[in-house]
Amino acid sequence: MKENTKIYWKGIEQLKNDPEFVKNADKEFPEYLPISENENGNSRRDFLKLMGFGVAAVSLAACEAPIRKAIPYLNKPVDVDPSVANYYASTYINGSDYCSVVVKTREGRPIKIEGNKLSKFSGGGTTAQVEASVLSLYDKQRLQNPMKSGAAVTWDALDAEVKSKLGEIAAAGGQIKIVTHSIVSPSTKKAIAKFIAAYPSTQVITYDASSYSGALNANLSSFGIRALPSYNFNKSKTTVSFGADFLGTWLNPVAFSKQFAETRKLGPKKKEMSRLYSFESNLSLTGANADYRSPIRPSEVGLYVGNLYNLIAAKAGAPAISVAKVDDTATLTKAANDLWASKGSSIVVSGENDISVQTVVNAINNLLGNYGSTLSWDAPVMTKQGDDAMMDVFVTDLSQGLVSGVIFFNCNPVYDHPKGAVIGSSLAKAKFTLSTSDRVDETTSQVTYVAPDNHYLESWNDAEPAKGQYSLSQPAISNIFNTRQAQQSFLTWGNVSTSYLDFIKENWKETHFASQTEIADFQTFWDQCLYNGVFEGDATSTMSAVEFSGDVNAAGTKIAGKYKKGTGLELVTYESIAIGAGEQANNPWLQEMPDPLSKVCWENYISMSQSTANELGIEMKEGFTTKVNVKAGIGTVTLPVVVQPGQAAGTVGLALGYGRTKAGKVADGVGVNAFALLSSNSEGIVYSVAGVTIEPTGESYRIAQTQTHQTFMGRETVIQEATLAEYKADASAGRYKPMISSYSGPKKPNAVSLWKGHEYNNHHWGMVIDLNSCTGCAACSVACQVENNIPVVGKEEVVNRREMAWLRIDRYYSSQGNKEDKSMEGLSMLEKASENPEVTFQPMMCQQCNNAPCETVCPVAATTHSTEGLNQMTYNRCIGTRYCANNCPFKVRRFNWFKYHDNRQFPDNTAMNNELGKMVLNPDVVVRARGVMEKCSFCVQRIQTGKLNAKKQGRRPVDGEISTACATACPTEAIVFGDMKDSNSRISQLLRLSATEEGDTEVKEERAYNVLEEIGVKPNVWYFTKIRNKELTDNQA
Amino acid sequence: MQAVASVRKPLVTNGKTVHDVTEDICSRVEQKPTKTWMVAFTFALALLIVGGYAVYRTVWDGIGMWGLNKTVGWAWDITNFVWWVGIGHAGTLISAILLLFRQKWRMSINRAAEAMTIFAVICALMFPILHMGRPWLGMYWAIPLPNTFGSLWVNFNSPLLWDFFAISTYFSVSLVFWYIGLIPDFATIRDRATGPIAKAVYGALSFAWDGAAKTWSRYESVALILAGLATPLVLSVHTIVSFDFATSVIPGWHTTIFPPYFVAGAIFSGFAMVLTLLLVTRKVYKLEDYITIEHIELMNIVIIITGSIVGVAYITELFIAWYSGVEYEQYAFINRVSGPYWWAYASMMTCNVISPQLFWFKKIRTNLASTFVLSIVVNIGMWFERFVIIVTSIHRDYLPSSWAMFYPTRYDVGMYMFSFGFFFTAFLLFAKYFPVINIAEVKSIIISDSEKAKK
Repeated sequence: MKENTKIYWKGIEQLKNDPEFVKNADKEFPEYLPISENENGNSRRDFLKLMGFGVAAVSLAACEAPIRKAIPYLNKPVDVDPSVANYYASTYINGSDYCSVVVKTREGRPIKIEGNKLSKFSGGGTTAQVEASVLSLYDKQRLQNPMKSGAAVTWDALDAEVKSKLGEIAAAGGQIKIVTHSIVSPSTKKAIAKFIAAYPSTQVITYDASSYSGALNANLSSFGIRALPSYNFNKSKTTVSFGADFLGTWLNPVAFSKQFAETRKLGPKKKEMSRLYSFESNLSLTGANADYRSPIRPSEVGLYVGNLYNLIAAKAGAPAISVAKVDDTATLTKAANDLWASKGSSIVVSGENDISVQTVVNAINNLLGNYGSTLSWDAPVMTKQGDDAMMDVFVTDLSQGLVSGVIFFNCNPVYDHPKGAVIGSSLAKAKFTLSTSDRVDETTSQVTYVAPDNHYLESWNDAEPAKGQYSLSQPAISNIFNTRQAQQSFLTWGNVSTSYLDFIKENWKETHFASQTEIADFQTFWDQCLYNGVFEGDATSTMSAVEFSGDVNAAGTKIAGKYKKGTGLELVTYESIAIGAGEQANNPWLQEMPDPLSKVCWENYISMSQSTANELGIEMKEGFTTKVNVKAGIGTVTLPVVVQPGQAAGTVGLALGYGRTKAGKVADGVGVNAFALLSSNSEGIVYSVAGVTIEPTGESYRIAQTQTHQTFMGRETVIQEATLAEYKADASAGRYKPMISSYSGPKKPNAVSLWKGHEYNNHHWGMVIDLNSCTGCAACSVACQVENNIPVVGKEEVVNRREMAWLRIDRYYSSQGNKEDKSMEGLSMLEKASENPEVTFQPMMCQQCNNAPCETVCPVAATTHSTEGLNQMTYNRCIGTRYCANNCPFKVRRFNWFKYHDNRQFPDNTAMNNELGKMVLNPDVVVRARGVMEKCSFCVQRIQTGKLNAKKQGRRPVDGEISTACATACPTEAIVFGDMKDSNSRISQLLRLSATEEGDTEVKEERAYNVLEEIGVKPNVWYFTKIRNKELTDNQA
Repeated sequence: MQAVASVRKPLVTNGKTVHDVTEDICSRVEQKPTKTWMVAFTFALALLIVGGYAVYRTVWDGIGMWGLNKTVGWAWDITNFVWWVGIGHAGTLISAILLLFRQKWRMSINRAAEAMTIFAVICALMFPILHMGRPWLGMYWAIPLPNTFGSLWVNFNSPLLWDFFAISTYFSVSLVFWYIGLIPDFATIRDRATGPIAKAVYGALSFAWDGAAKTWSRYESVALILAGLATPLVLSVHTIVSFDFATSVIPGWHTTIFPPYFVAGAIFSGFAMVLTLLLVTRKVYKLEDYITIEHIELMNIVIIITGSIVGVAYITELFIAWYSGVEYEQYAFINRVSGPYWWAYASMMTCNVISPQLFWFKKIRTNLASTFVLSIVVNIGMWFERFVIIVTSIHRDYLPSSWAMFYPTRYDVGMYMFSFGFFFTAFLLFAKYFPVINIAEVKSIIISDSEKAKK
């Protein structure tokens, strides 16, 4: 075949070899095409690219919410990393309450208070008041400037005037008084000494709103020491309390709760526990935790103490004292026998502010040989130093015009002293009046000068709560307002030019630094102390050898002489666990914290027994009650009634700390001031009033109560309890073990399921709550509120039963019924609480069920199960059908009925409704919108932080490193959180988890149970049975 | 014309002719609104506006306007929802099931009953939407729509989602069924219309109906097919609504008897509501010849039967609670009977179980006044039934610490008023502008002769 040599030209250009053609010959499209790139680079593709980018960019920009008020650091502080928390050890001092704490700050804002585990004195726990104190820092009602006669002045002007006025008075020899609560800080005392040096006619008057004057004076006469011994409840096998609420408010409840709980914990290796007797009028937290509780009248306390003395004296061979016999000798005799049996490891304690009663109490402890073991003078407690007699003299002097100058150092006696009205009306007689209060309170509003003190989180300070145990306060934030530390003011007025920080340092250098030998360099020593927050030197003291030398007979005679039979109705006041003596009344977290016993919040009320209520024709049902006029002593007040099981017959109770008139917007007008009903004389403040008359006004009233049903209806699946004897015989005593019928015979509820279950490969978070060591103090619930940005809803919404608490403490009384009898009549008896009930506290939060009923019913899958066993709530996805809450058998889900943040209708929710209050919010937890459901998350933000920290260091999280806010706050370690996959974790040890043949894990601990086990939701929260150290197995349900 | 045995009583009385039927029914549409209608309409609108304020406050401020609380998360909202859905059962039951069973007496009542169904279901649908915390999102998040939220999808385990499917299906089928039935009658009105607006509107509504034999044949086939489709729905809707409760873990809710019990209750209340409305319409529109005492008697018999089924269900519940041996179940029922809401339980028992038994007496079931009163009593009772189931079960469930009472606020009442306002407004507009009786079908059951027609 002939080769084809023909050439087909593309055109004449190829033939001509046109240079233009040659250049483009290789291109697919040699000529210009509109779709390809042209000279200026704009093509259709570019256009499409740009358009695509533009549309995407515009839509992205539209999605992004504008950032408001985020201020970047121009120069980042060395130790502040955005989103990383910093912790500073510090000391909480409020009034004369003390707690060693650790302050969590985020971007320079304190947002959470936790206990300092290094402190011997407070033991690492907190109380509700300590937890809530961080919000008081951001209280808008705090003074923002120094004031003179109600107008703001500069510090310089104020100092000049104060100095000249004081100078004049001192020069004329006029009396100057510094009125204060107990001063726990040695450096403060020294600063005041400097002040006194400048104005020698100055005297310090110390009083405490809840006075310990009687006990202090009794110790002075018995032992020659005006202090309280250190109590070691952990060493006490038998404790008898006469109205001292040492688990709730008395002296040092954080540490006492921890110590007490140590004696109540049980386990396979520890089958013994202490026994607690309580003789009291109001049902206190201590009474609620007592094994034996005897309701008595306040006028009889002396007699009971005297009778106990006689019983013990008879055993010890000591002479008896002459006091009348009392009614409940059975319980008292039993107590005496137990005390005698545990000689040397028992404690008798009384809250009575009466020198005679306290002397007899000392004598009893002395006979029992408790000094040197459970009661120790090695490290006397210094937090209470008030002297009622001195205060009484001061009031008289002031009213007679003998006092020229008064300085109120962080105290408010016009409100919290029985003679407050006299002080208030006499202040005008003094030439110079000044207050260092942080707000224009009842006292401050009547003085000329105000030199507002810092909040403790803004202050440098030191403290000596017990002899030889020191701690430091350091500022966690710089001053928010134009305030100045009161100690600095004293130094300034005392013509000392050093700063208070240097003053403390100097003081520490001279004393504590010198007393130790471990650290040679002061700066290192100081940094170490600051880091630890505490410095506890050698505990050796010379005081251990003190001998009892009190006059018991004289005290007995005095008690016998004082006692009058038939004093009518008696009013007994008490410090509220939430509000205390009212210092932090303007803190909405505390106002909304339900009282652990009555579950009432946002007010105080007259508590009375059912029988007294019946006599007065008062009925209380579902929070509906009646208001009554109470005529007590010099005053008449109108208050609602709460029928309180356990209230002693013939007595009514009333909480102190309410009825503030000038504390701030939250507190003003809430409740009634009980201090005004009390009386005080040279012997001290009397916290009860005899001869009270009560008249129902007929005015119906609905009280804010978070729990209206008092008993657990004999439902053994909820509360499982036994006595110690039963427990010793069988560790699973009191356990309710339901079985489910199936085709193959009865089965354990967890063995029957429609669900396949979840597989947890990494972590499986769980919680254990020991009902035996939970005292019901509510520190956990406030800690939860702080940690998780839980809104305060205000009184009206609590009345509507809409409080938002993620963690509540269910409180159940034993009933008059029989738990076996579930007939209609039986049930109505089960609804009625006993007159003097047994009490059980049950902290209740989301049980993080493995077969969660809430998860299946949500139409939009807003609540789902995590791979680590958590039941998670996705707020953004929630549409608010509330089906999950209805289907929750534990009723722990909380719905946002309204918008609680940035809403003027909720002014009490200060943490979300003003710019300053918002600084307390935890940035790791979202503030929930209206219309969504929320609930306990097991502090998932803490879990994530803990895991992240471990991951950054390339290791597994260590047990204890990750803990929830409630478990951290718990002073008794009743709540333990941890990873059930980690066989070495505390929770695994407590539950004694072991693998079964089927590959599941089994809980071996006999006391552990799930609430509502039979419905098969498989909670991840385990409760340990409540064991009472009682001999009687009476049929209480 | 169908052959009807001469011994049967005529369903339309007074010897109405075909022309009379057209006249009687179309004239209501063509005449100016009567004074009574105007008064009733004003009243209904007022209810709608006053209730509308409650809706506005609820949407603007939050569900907190109602009396719900941490323990009782549903009360009037879901009570009203279930109640309205229940009422919405009669219409389709009458038109679909009775059509399949060839019950000709249904022909003069089915139109109004179906209209009532449609409006009742709309009223019912209002509540699941408005009871949400965030209805502006929930309205469409609860629907399985493809979305841009990533892989977010609805939870097919949730009975609330089943509700959505059940009710939306029921609503659309009912609506189509009702509308198909209306087409020939719209055409009649169109043909008689004189004004241009009426001509245009009814012309559009009648979908160019031509009345041809083929059209009629298709019309009847469609009606039969839709009846077949609607029949299972009548039973399924309330069955699925009852799953909201039956699948939960709450004692008093977690009950397998609920599906049949709810369906019976729904028919019970639906027939009662049909009676209430028809007795009024019949009187006002002078339709005594179309809706006769026989109709009323037959419906009363349905009420006795369903009321008795419901009564048996109540007693079975009590028995099973006792027999189960489950403490919570037992308490839930003891609490219903003797707890703080005993009066609600007593009202329910009296209204639903005892009062319908009066219909055993022929005199009572053929008396208009007593029927009217009892029809309202039954609906009060059925409202209480749902209230009792919902509120008394959750207000005291497992943990006594959370036990609480529910007290309604004025906004709860307002929401209910709003639904009534809507219902009456819609029904009155229907009664005025739509033929209240199925002209075409009724014509098929009158016994007439040409002589009479000529007169």
